[in-house]
Amino acid sequence: MAIHRGRGFAAINYPIGMNLGGDPSQALVHSNPDGKFTVALSAIDLGQGMKSVCRQIAAETLGVPVEDVYVDTADSDTGPHDMGSFASRGTHRMGNAVIRASAEAREVMLEAAAEELEVDPGDLMTDGKGNIHVRGAPSRTITVMAAAQAAQFRQGRTIAGRGIFLIPLSDVDPDTGEMSPVTTFAHAAMLVTVEVCDETGEVTVTDMQSAYEVGRALNPRLVEQQLRGGAWMGMSHAAWETTEPYYPARDHGPVDFNSYIMPGPGDLAPHHISVLERPAEDGPYGGKGPGEMCANPVLPAVVNAVYDAVGVRIDELPVTPEKVLRGLRALGGAKPRQRL
Amino acid sequence: MTFKPISFTLNGSSKAAFATEGQNLLDFLRRAVGDLSPKYGCGQGTCGACTVMIDNVPQLACLVLAESVEGRAVNTAAGLANGPRLDPLQEAFMERFAAQCGYCTAGMLVAARALLDANPRPSREEVIEGISGNLCRCTGYEPIIDAILDVAEGRVQA
Repeated sequence: MAIHRGRGFAAINYPIGMNLGGDPSQALVHSNPDGKFTVALSAIDLGQGMKSVCRQIAAETLGVPVEDVYVDTADSDTGPHDMGSFASRGTHRMGNAVIRASAEAREVMLEAAAEELEVDPGDLMTDGKGNIHVRGAPSRTITVMAAAQAAQFRQGRTIAGRGIFLIPLSDVDPDTGEMSPVTTFAHAAMLVTVEVCDETGEVTVTDMQSAYEVGRALNPRLVEQQLRGGAWMGMSHAAWETTEPYYPARDHGPVDFNSYIMPGPGDLAPHHISVLERPAEDGPYGGKGPGEMCANPVLPAVVNAVYDAVGVRIDELPVTPEKVLRGLRALGGAKPRQRL
Repeated sequence: MTFKPISFTLNGSSKAAFATEGQNLLDFLRRAVGDLSPKYGCGQGTCGACTVMIDNVPQLACLVLAESVEGRAVNTAAGLANGPRLDPLQEAFMERFAAQCGYCTAGMLVAARALLDANPRPSREEVIEGISGNLCRCTGYEPIIDAILDVAEGRVQA
């Protein structure tokens, strides 16, 4: 018996959103009389940080502190319409809708402040700390709260904004089939090291080195969190998880977490992550979305690493010990590529 | 259906509530007592989302009969914070971004607290073993392990 080490590489493009049928998101932003803002969305934060990112985007566009923005994703019955949280579209689609809604609300906020300060709204600027002042004359100032109260109780003005982001349905060229289903791609490359035991067929991922290009990382800690967790899931899909081990036969299909196996905390591979930031032209402040592509490069990289280690080319996931052993038997034993 | 009164201590306070016959502790805590911090994941003791401490020993509430906690001390994630002061583990989990969807977090925190109470300076391997009964789908475990080690090694304090 021997342990064979191999390395595998994979690079992927991943589309952000899915505008085959048009792919809109809507956002509504309004201020309360205390000068705090509520962003209403119907997309749901599954834990990926969509609420945090939309909060940052709204605060940046409105020019108010991030603490003064509340993102409400409570109810898709009563909120503005959204296609949903999928296709790695959250930051890009919802973020763009939030920018538009916040820009409209900001305009009204500045009009209200201008009326109180008796100046032109075009001369006003925000300091991001809750104040609005005249450009070049910082002493001519009003707080966002005072402006919001004036709008509410004296001026009869609604500080609110509507935003929608829609990439229109892509036409299909009837002759060539050519179409433009997405406007933005994220990218990733990954190098993994595996060890393959030629007696048991077990594959162990021992190291992952990755580079992810996500546009601008609007919240770097949340980006890293997604990449780390997503790559773990990719490793799990590559070598562990399946609902249909003998598809299409249902035999030996897992029925609980005892038989649906996933790598536990003792099965982790060190993961070295590099995030490349290339702001996307049509992204909110340049952001795309890490989303689903966190997991994607791991799978082909692991399969390539197994091929490198023992010469067995596996084309059905996951890479189970059984598939490795059958491959080794067909090959007449391990044939490490590095020795060829 | 017969109801049985159960008196026990929950997070340091005396509690009494009625359990139905054969009711498990998870269902009892959530429905009869109103502590929603233990989560229902699998209902068969394989995911750890319902982890609670009974007399300072971590247990899976879905596998424990409610009647068996009569007179005993139960601690859940809801009791980790002391008023506005969070448990250092909760601070460390936030600092390390050790949760995404959060469904495993309550059970994970209780398992970690039980580990540190029994072994205040665990090694990385002991931390891994301590949370090996708790499944997490989002984080890849590493931020959770790092958060627990931050507390164990004194990098995060209450």
